[in-house]
Amino acid sequence: MTIASVTQLICFVALSLTLVLGALGVVLLPNIVYSAFLLAGVFLSVAGLYLLLNASFVAAAQVLVYVGAVNVLILFAIMLVNKKEAMAEIPGLLLRRVLSGAVCLGLFLLLLRVDLTTPWAVPGPTPLGEDATTLIGIHLFSDYLLPFELASVLLLMAMIGAIVLARRDVYSSDVITGEAADQGLIEKERTPLLLESPPRDTTLLEKV
Amino acid sequence: MIDPAPALLTTAWPGLALVGPGLDLQSSFTSTLEEFGLSQAAAHLLWLPLPMLLVLVAAVVGVLVNVWLERKISAAVQQRIGPEYAGALGVLQPMADGLKLLFKEDVIPKRADGLLFTLGPVLVLVPVILSWLVVPFGQNLLISDVGIGVFLWIALSSIQPIGLLMSGYASNNKYSLLGGLRAAAQSISYEIPLALAVLAVVMMSNSLSTVDIVNQQSGAGILSWNIWRQPVGFLIFWICALAECERLPFDLPEAEEELVAGYQTEYAGMKFALFYLGSYINLVLSALLVAVLYLGGWGFPLPVEWLAGALGQSVDAPLVQVITGSLGIVMTVLKAYLLVFIAILLRWTLPRVRIDQLLDFGWKFLLPIALVNLLVTAGLKLAFPSFFGG
Repeated sequence: MTIASVTQLICFVALSLTLVLGALGVVLLPNIVYSAFLLAGVFLSVAGLYLLLNASFVAAAQVLVYVGAVNVLILFAIMLVNKKEAMAEIPGLLLRRVLSGAVCLGLFLLLLRVDLTTPWAVPGPTPLGEDATTLIGIHLFSDYLLPFELASVLLLMAMIGAIVLARRDVYSSDVITGEAADQGLIEKERTPLLLESPPRDTTLLEKV
Repeated sequence: MIDPAPALLTTAWPGLALVGPGLDLQSSFTSTLEEFGLSQAAAHLLWLPLPMLLVLVAAVVGVLVNVWLERKISAAVQQRIGPEYAGALGVLQPMADGLKLLFKEDVIPKRADGLLFTLGPVLVLVPVILSWLVVPFGQNLLISDVGIGVFLWIALSSIQPIGLLMSGYASNNKYSLLGGLRAAAQSISYEIPLALAVLAVVMMSNSLSTVDIVNQQSGAGILSWNIWRQPVGFLIFWICALAECERLPFDLPEAEEELVAGYQTEYAGMKFALFYLGSYINLVLSALLVAVLYLGGWGFPLPVEWLAGALGQSVDAPLVQVITGSLGIVMTVLKAYLLVFIAILLRWTLPRVRIDQLLDFGWKFLLPIALVNLLVTAGLKLAFPSFFGG
């Protein structure tokens, strides 16, 4: 065994351990902020695995997109709404946990079976190394052009949806219920724009 | 099988990958060790940390110089004298600052989240230091000439907001949380025009590798530098780099009148020093990358081939190689510190923008301009391939 292969093995084991333990932590930890930070760790170890496979461009893109954009947005959302209070008790929580655990275990066993029965080609195709960047570009603009463009349409839809949801107050009526939206510049009541608007407390407005 | 990155740190003549036999430090180091009976792999393993350590030391020394410059230039701007008694002209003042931070009590607030509180500054500093991997000081004077070059820097710099959010959240303090959120919002907004400006340069040089980008600018000395072909891109990149480093006029995340000190509010001692170090290393790194992308990297304003030819010397002679290599390092550092000087001068002369102005400027002005710049560059590249890279 050469030093290079030992290094590779150590890196692989360390990355896999962080990946598996981190992913378990994302699902099992009760604190949602820890889950979100662990998710960043999981994404980073996936990027590390890509690096081990000599796919440096994919690894960098993984870091840029998943860690730098997706995970930061998740953290943003959590930190803007996090109220640090215990979640409401859900009826039949234990049963739900057992059922979802069973489904996950079944899926895991199935994948394990697939892993053991499939005749994997070892070693795989030779890595392209630095030429991969060029080849990815060629594929994106030739045979994968339609999926590439569809993905951009999907993102556009998500963006428009986000703007509509976030800027409900600029419309004169609520998008969903059609009721007149509260246009006051004073601090709003908790749920004036949602489905069941409570009767307006006009005394507050008069006081102000 | 992964190939260990070829860690070269050799003095070489810029513009040519040829290295004189006595000047390839790596091969002479490993062959010396092999004479002592070590295997080739073991000798290589012993060699690997040396360039990394050198670059790390260079980064930290760069920060010390930077702190001293900041103190002296701010003093000059405000018509003060600045540090004077610690060493000649106060050059030891940054050391005193560092030692003070080292010996300070390391306070973790009682209601803070200890683990995340400690991890936050580390996550801010590590990506910045990792990015030094791709900064070239000469043809072979970099840790690793990875093919994805500047893209690696952009990807790594996007990890930083997570560390800022983490420390802002873990401090359990409104100002810290707001500072962390602002830092992340600012970093995400300015990353996009930054990446588009880099993309225009990459398009001209047909490569993401920093070495190729510099080589593409080395044809006719100062006239072939990218700043003449990408003036708009240069300005966009510089503004975005300042915003990414959270320097004034964009230091909203730590605006002291509004947020005490933003995400750093609860930090003291070495943890605060990590933030401090991170922001200054980031500034030097950004200046170095501006030098690499737009100011010809290690290139001298006159091509060294002409100079060597005028003096009747062969560029392959060992002595000439040593001189040109040193000249390359000096030029890179000189250009970077010129930009650092401008950044410091900007910090002490400009007022801070408001958060809405900052976001408006990023999304409604810089982003469209960067897109137009990319389009124009693509058009010029197709119309004049000899001037804008074929």
